[in-house]
This record gives sequence, C-alpha cells and structure tokens, in this order.
Amino acid sequence: MTLDLHGYGWMLWRGLGLTILVGLGAMGLAVTFGLIGAWGKLSRYRVARWLADTYTTVIRGVPELILILLVYYGVPTLIQDLAASAGRDLRVDLNPFVAGIATIGLIYGAFATEVFRGAFQAVPRGQIEAARAFGMGRVLMLRRVVLPQMWRFALPGLGNVWMVLIKATALISVIQLEELMRSADIAARATRLPFTFFFAASLFYLGITIASMLIQRRIESWSYRGAPRGQS
Amino acid sequence: MDLTIVWESLPRLLGGAVLTLEITFLSLLAGFCLAVPVAVARLSHRRILWMPAYGYMLYFRGTPLLVQLFLVYYGSGQFQPFLDQAGVWFLFREAYFCAVLTLTLNTAAYTAEILRGAIVAVPRGEIEAARSLGMSGLLLYRRIIFPKAFRLALPAYTNEAIFLLQATSLVSIITLLDLTGVARIIVARSFEPYKLYITVALIYLAITYLVAFVARRAERRLSAHLRERPVQSIAGAAGR
Repeated sequence: MTLDLHGYGWMLWRGLGLTILVGLGAMGLAVTFGLIGAWGKLSRYRVARWLADTYTTVIRGVPELILILLVYYGVPTLIQDLAASAGRDLRVDLNPFVAGIATIGLIYGAFATEVFRGAFQAVPRGQIEAARAFGMGRVLMLRRVVLPQMWRFALPGLGNVWMVLIKATALISVIQLEELMRSADIAARATRLPFTFFFAASLFYLGITIASMLIQRRIESWSYRGAPRGQS
Repeated sequence: MDLTIVWESLPRLLGGAVLTLEITFLSLLAGFCLAVPVAVARLSHRRILWMPAYGYMLYFRGTPLLVQLFLVYYGSGQFQPFLDQAGVWFLFREAYFCAVLTLTLNTAAYTAEILRGAIVAVPRGEIEAARSLGMSGLLLYRRIIFPKAFRLALPAYTNEAIFLLQATSLVSIITLLDLTGVARIIVARSFEPYKLYITVALIYLAITYLVAFVARRAERRLSAHLRERPVQSIAGAAGR
C-alpha cells in the first residue's frame, strides 16, 4: 500500500525541513543552556546553584505547551504592559520561528543540564588532580582534560534529549509555524483526508527517530576511539 | 499588578485541573494493564510475539504524541462508515474517548519499555531457583518476576506518570477543557496571557511535586525490607 498524498507531498517535505531546522537550532540552544546550567549546579556560589536548581525544577514541572504559550503570547503582552505602565505605547510581536526555537531550547536545556552535570561528575577525580599537579589553570584544565572526556559521557544522554526534543517541535504547530505537523494539518483540511496526512507525518517523525538512533550509535563508537578498551 | 482576573478564574481552573487528573489517572491505569502483556511479548523468543510488540513500542515512542492524538481524533473520521458499521463511531466522535485512548496507547509503549528493562534486571539466580522448584510460565511471572520487576521499575514509572500528567495538556488542542484548555479559553476572552499561564504553570508545578512526593513515600515503603536496620539498635548493642 502506498500513501497517495494528492500532490501535497512537497508541503510535507518542506515542513520536514523546517522541523529539522527548528530542532537543530533548539538543540544548539539546549546544549548552551545545559552547559551554563551544569556550571551553575556545580558552582561554589550559592546564588548560581539556587538559580540552576530553580531552572530545572520549574521546567520539569510545567508542561511544554504551557511554556510555549507563555513565551509566544505571554512575553509580548508582558513587555507591552510594562511599557504602558511606563507611559509608552509599544507593540511587540514574536516571530513563531524564533519563539519556537527559544522555548524548545529553554525547555531541553534543563534536561541537558542534568546530562552535563552527570557527565562532569563521571570524569575521574584523579585526572583533575593530575591536571592540577601539572600546574594547569582552571580554563586550561577544562579545555584539555575535562571537556574532551565529558563529551564522551554526555553523548548518550544528549542523544536522548535530541530524540525527545525533535518530537516536541510538533507542539510549535500551535503557534502557527508551518513545520511538519502544521503542514500535515493544512493538507489534511484541504483534502479531507486527515488519517492519510497525519499518518504520513508520523512516518516522517519515525524516520527522524530511526535515523537519529543509527547516527547516535556511530557517533558513540567514534567518540570512544583512542580510549583504552574496557574503559567505559 | 491587578490580579482580579486570576482570582476570578481560579475556580474554573481548578475544575479543569480535576479533568486533567481524571484523564491522567484513567490513561495510567489502562496503560499499565496494556503494558504488562506488551513487555512480556517483547521479551518472548517467538517472532510472532516480539515483532508486533517491538513495532508498537517503536511507533508510539518514535512519533510525537500530538500526531498520535490527531491521528485518532481527526483521522478516525476517514473511516467513519467502517467505524459506524462496527458500532463504535459514537466513541470516536467524543474528544474525551480519543484523548484517553491515545494517551493510554502512548503511555503503555513507554511503560512497556520500562517494564522490559526491569524484567531483564531481575537476578537470574532468583529465576533459576524458582525453576528448580518447578515453577514456570504464569506462576513464575506472578510469584517471582513481577513482584521484583515492579519494585525495580517504580522510580522510572513515577517519572513516566509525571510525564503523562504534563502530556495531558495536549488534550486542550482537541477541544477538551482540562487545566490548559480552560486557561486558553479565558485568555482568548480576557487577553491576559501571562497572568493566567503563570498561574496554570504554578498549579501544574504543585501537582507534579505532590505526585513526586507521594511516589517517593510509596517507594520507601515498598523497599523497607531492603534498607539497613536503624543505626540506633547497632549503637545500643555496641554500648552494652
């Protein structure tokens, strides 16, 4: 059985492109937030620890949909209200593409924070002590000893974050961004064939998941090149 | 800041929260019942059992919940004549039924994966001991594997329950008036998005951490026999 897409196939492919673009952008942001968050959680400063803990606690306790609605509809009106109370008339409109990447990145940054924290703690203490004994400063030690090994421990966790993240991008369709889900919705309404198009879209997502699983396996075995065998 | 809109809508929001909890609970219950046989089938050596289970788990864990929800709610319309003939169309017309059905299928796939891991983690020695006593099949599962596996699965299952609770917010997209749905309607009328969405976020946060707290208590109770005995009695013995 083949799926007859009634000439709307190109729309799904274009949506897929946008989905992957949003996913990659959000992943980059999530990694950045994750590194900052992990730094905060392991910091000597109580304020940084408190901020990082609040970040992960709040994000993990609130549904993604609420956060997306809050960023897309809430933030512009909040800015407008603040401007109005300062006696200025301001109109703010967020671009759904930017709002989507920012929100998804912010949410999955919290999950990446936990991944990086675990990975940092998995670097053997002896290595850090050895680096100190050689007189390495904090930045040099981070660059030469900690980060190269940390990545290896972080990769499986980051792979999981990516796979959940790419599925979460479907939620951005509620703020009218024409990614894969929204394209399928438009095509389904136009042709009155909802099952056909949502099923086709689900197969696209499944394809991304399976491809990600295969790529993740390759990257992981590549990251262990040069590592002594038997060491995990 | 003027917060009257928040106070005025609080009763309706809490009414929505009740629907959120109801849908979560129903799907969790049905999902667990479905997940147990799926996990056992997934671990079977017979191809006719493990392959469908594997395909089911891959599909529901590999695609977004929103697509699954639309597939059931809107997609079922494409099969209306068939579903009508089967006498179940009146069910698929209801957003409530579609929501619970989809969430059940979704959480069952994730739960089956958790259970699969837990069943594999049951120590081989315990299974071998049971076999040597002549237990097999259902009796082995009922007496030895399940009690141990369920306890091992509990922390991960608690996480799944919390994810499901948050995932129920998607049912607002197919017109249900759960906590998110009520908030979206009030926002559409009053245009006070950040006040209401922050209130709703705080309600979700409270429910989430209440569930997490209760689950942690349950875990402690269920693993009471595995913990070391209180230190106090040892200190008392040493003093004697």
